[in-house]
Order: sequence, then structure tokens, then C-alpha cells
Amino acid sequence: MSKGHFGIHGGQYVPETLMNAVIELEEAYDRYKDDEQFNRELDYLLNEYAGRPSRLYYAQRMSEDLGGAKIYLKREDLNHTGAHKINNVIGQCLLAKRMNKTRVIAETGAGQHGVATATVAALMGLECEIFMGQEDIIRQSLNVYKMRLLGAKVNSVTTGTATLKDAVSQTMREWTNRISDTHYVLGSVMGPHPFPTIVRDFQSVISKEIKEQILEKEGKLPDAVLACVGGGSNAIGAFYNFIDDSSVRLIGLEAAGLGADTDKTAATIAVGKLGIFHGMKSYFCQDDYGQITPVYSISAGLDYPGIGPEHANLKDIGRAEYYPITDEMAVKAFEYLSKMEGIIPAIESSHAVAYAMLLAPTMKKDQIIVVNLSGRGDKDCVSIAKYRGEEINE
Amino acid sequence: MNKINEVFKNGKAFIPFITVGDPDIDTTEKLIYALDEAGCDLIELGIPFSDPTAEGPVIMSASERALKNGICTDDVFTLVRKVRKTTQIPLAFMTYANVIFSYGIERFAINAEKVGIDALILPDVPFEEKREFDDVLLKHNIDLISMIAPTSKNRVTKIAKEANGFIYCVSSLGVTGERSNFSSNLKDLIDNVKSIRPDLPCAIGFGISNPEQAEAMARISDGAIVGSAIVKIVDRYGKDCVDEVSKFASAMKDGVRKAN
Repeated sequence: MSKGHFGIHGGQYVPETLMNAVIELEEAYDRYKDDEQFNRELDYLLNEYAGRPSRLYYAQRMSEDLGGAKIYLKREDLNHTGAHKINNVIGQCLLAKRMNKTRVIAETGAGQHGVATATVAALMGLECEIFMGQEDIIRQSLNVYKMRLLGAKVNSVTTGTATLKDAVSQTMREWTNRISDTHYVLGSVMGPHPFPTIVRDFQSVISKEIKEQILEKEGKLPDAVLACVGGGSNAIGAFYNFIDDSSVRLIGLEAAGLGADTDKTAATIAVGKLGIFHGMKSYFCQDDYGQITPVYSISAGLDYPGIGPEHANLKDIGRAEYYPITDEMAVKAFEYLSKMEGIIPAIESSHAVAYAMLLAPTMKKDQIIVVNLSGRGDKDCVSIAKYRGEEINE
Repeated sequence: MNKINEVFKNGKAFIPFITVGDPDIDTTEKLIYALDEAGCDLIELGIPFSDPTAEGPVIMSASERALKNGICTDDVFTLVRKVRKTTQIPLAFMTYANVIFSYGIERFAINAEKVGIDALILPDVPFEEKREFDDVLLKHNIDLISMIAPTSKNRVTKIAKEANGFIYCVSSLGVTGERSNFSSNLKDLIDNVKSIRPDLPCAIGFGISNPEQAEAMARISDGAIVGSAIVKIVDRYGKDCVDEVSKFASAMKDGVRKAN
């Protein structure tokens, strides 16, 4: 009957019109996930096109400056298109080709998933349409230009709060309109089954590599793995292969915006309640009557009122911890890592860096923190400058 | 026993949809009386949701307007309790899973039964997820209406077998909203449902906006469901929409009658 559950979370809450589409996707994924030829193509593109494996870099100056645990940065920002998003997109577009789909559609918040989808669509000769909230189009105009340059059509979503949540809704509506030739490349570990599982599997290459790399460099597992969480794809990717290693703390950092105790926040675990939305049962920011409440974060990529069902379950069973990080803390971390290591992190990833800055000094020098640096920060320079009261031209 | 079995007993049915609280709760009340007098057979009352993913722009905007008016689930119950003193027309709620889930499924079902609701339509709860809702609703004599779409294919049998009340047949791909073309396999779809459940009425919805379309849809099924075309009139005329909606509903009902 009901499928795709993580504890009490997950499921397939989509209109009947889409049910056979998600079933078709599940069947295709089951057929190809262990298929030798499929995995050969996937590995080839991940390595030769996206630039994997990504480096696990010892941030020595940062570690010494904070005076506690050794900090390693998993450099997903060095992937082609500048974020972890491409791992999932290559996998899903290969699946789409196998399913004889000629067109892909996708939502995007910060634009990273949109750019990754437009990129792989160009590579594979797929028609591509991206749905992006009008607010985010303003915040991330460079990424909008890139998507168009790559041949994608970018649709502005003006409904609701005109951000990521509304972009997801509109992409679902578009999929309902046109299913037979179209695959929805969902960008995070959310939505109806099988998306949370498919996206997690394609992103789990991150923790697979971290494990190999840290064992090679340090001969032991890390004490903590940190990642920012919106929907939660880079975090689940960084956590997945450590879930059974109970000595490894798994810590997700949510976007608190102006503070989890204010109404300008996107910290779903901190303030959300169990609900059903965007195809899944999970935690959502909502009012007493189940209306999804507007969320806020300086980071367009974390500006989402829900969290993936597997994270909700990891929270329930106490396997992962989730903490809110404010805009101010994230911006400070953005500036700190730039000056300390010469690495400009995405404002999303800066939420994880911010927690490392708090956590490392409380740990011993022989302990290890891995921070998943999910993306690069070039796209954020204009908005961070503005946050600091400086106007710059792109 | 709820009143859904009465909906189709006088021939082909005409089923209008309105969003509660659009343009305001008093007008919604007047609309319910007017639609009853216009000969409608069942009224779908939309409980507004912030993010209605199965709706096109017209009903989405209506939801936004209603929420801006501060309408909440309890206001909707209050309204239904009030109109039930005047009209016994069958009533269904249409809303989204989270509205019910967050309210508490049991608490929602108890209140809905108490005020006199007969059925519930949840477009984001497919067959696979319905049990959690259906088990509770049935205890309170409320039919959870099953939907079937042109893409349902091999799913029709299991959906029809377990369906209650009537089947809501989606006319075509896409979200709600007016359109000129409907799926070409609709008749086969309905015939298929009928072969599995001869006892179960089927009504077609999504995209029907004029009497000719309503008649055509009623010819191949047991009734026509119309939402966006009515909500559009409500939007255009605001508080003065009651007469216009009434005229439109009468014309649509006449169209449906021709199919008898």
C-alpha cells in the first residue's frame, strides 16, 4: 500500500493524475540502480564531467584559529556548477533518458539546482524548463542568466511568497500538465516517494567519499559531520554512510533567519509541526489550521518551510541533531572562511561553517569535524555586500 | 446514512464549487442558498489552503483571498452549521490533506458530521494514502471521494472497488481551470469504472465552463463538476456575484438536464 516511509514520515501525497508517473519512476529506478551500464555512465559523468571525487581539505588555519577539533571541509563547492546539486541531477537525467523522457522540469531556490539541471539537460540534449520564485529571481540574477545561457527556459513564479516553496508547487502543477515526455528533476530529498530515496542515493556519494578520505588521512572516523539543511539533500548525502556509525555525530544546521524565536525564520525542525505537504508527511512550518507559513532566510536555498522525511525521522529517533543558525551567524561564517582559508562558501553552506565555529573550540585537538561545504559563494557576494550595507554591481 | 445517494437520484447532477470566504463569509452563505435554488445537486465547499497544488490560478487566487479575510477551518464549520438550518442540499468539503491532518482527522470528522457535511474531497490524498483518512471518516458517515484521472490506467480497478459515494473523474491532465479540450478516452474511462462498480455514480470535473461542455460531460457520465468558471464570476462581481452565479448555475443545470 503506502510506500516510501521513514518512520512515520514520507509517503506519496500527490494527485491521482501523477500517481502513475511516480510509480513509473520508482520502477525505472529499481531497474537501473544496480544496473552495471547505468552505473558505469553515472560514475563516468560524476568523475569526468562533474569532477568527482571532491576533495576533503584539512582547514588548518581555521582549526588552529578555533583551537579545538581538526576541521575538514568536504569540497562539494568544487564540483562543476559549484555545488552538490549536480550529483543528483546527473543521476536523475540519466534515468530520464532511460525512461525515454525528452524534457526535464525543475524547481530552484538559490538557482544552484536550476543551473545544475540546465547544465545536464544541455549535456544530454534534453529540453529544460526551470521554475523559480520571482523573489529568488531578483536575489539570484546571475544564476538566472546562466540557466538561460545553458538553453533552459526560466519561468517566474509569482504565487504565494514567490520563493522556493511556490516554485516546487508550480513545478508539480506543470508536471501534472505534461507527463508523458517530461521528468521532474526534484532537487532535494523531499516530495513524494521515490524522490527522497532517489535523491539521497545519488547524493550519498558525498559520505561514501568522506569515509574513504578520512580513513586514509586520519585512520579513523570523524567525530561529527556538519551540513546545512533546507530540504536536506547535501546533509543526507553527507550523513548517509555514517548513520550506522553511532560514534559519529550527525548535525544538520537549519536557517534561523532573524532567529528561530521570531516569525522571520526557516528553521523547520525548531518550529515546525508534523504535517502533509508537497507529497510527503514530515515537519512543516505551519499555523494552527495547517496553513503553510511564510518562511525567511538570507539564503534562498534554505528558504523552505519543510524538511525531507528521512531527516524528520533521524530527528525523531535521535540519530541526528538539528540546530538553527541565524543570518548574522551565517554571514560571519561566510566572511570568516573567506579570510581564514581563502574559500568563499555559499551562504547555505555558511550555516554549517558557523556551527563548526561554535563546536570546534569545545572539542579536543585529536577530534575531527567534517563540514560539508555544499556550494561556492560567488552567487551570494552581491546579497552579502548588501547585508553589510554595501552596493556592488554584478 | 449521508445524503450523497440523493445527489444522482433525479438524473444527471450539476455540482458547483465555491471557496468559503471568497469574497467573504456572508456572500458564501448567500451563494449556497442561491445554488440550491438554481437546482444544483451537491455543493463543493472549498476550505482554503495556502498552497493548493492541484489548483490553477483562478481557485488559487480565491484561496488567497479567503485566507486574507482570515477564514479558518472553524469559521467554515460555523458557516455550515448555520446554512444547515435553511438548506438540506448535499454538501462536500474540498480541501487539502494538511488542513484535515493538522486539525486532527478524528476531530475534523466529528465536527463535519455534526454540522452536516456528507463528503470530503482531498486531491492530494491518492488511493495509497487514503486509509488514514478514510477509516476515520467512514465512522462518521462521511464519504472520502475517490478521484480517477486519464492517467490512472491499471489503477482504475482498485480505486473503483474501494470507492464510496461517487467517483470524481478528472477530465484531462493538468490542474483546475477552464479548457477547451478534454481527454479523448474519458468515455472509456467511465465505462471501465461502471463495469467494475455499476452501482457507483461518476461525475466529471476540471475545465468545464459552459452549458455545452456540461451537457457533453453529463452525456458520458452522471454529472458535471464546475469550479473555476464559478469562482471567476465571484472574483469579477465580488459581493454582488450572487445573481450572476445563480444565472450561470441555472444555465449549467439546464445543460446537464439535456443529457438525461
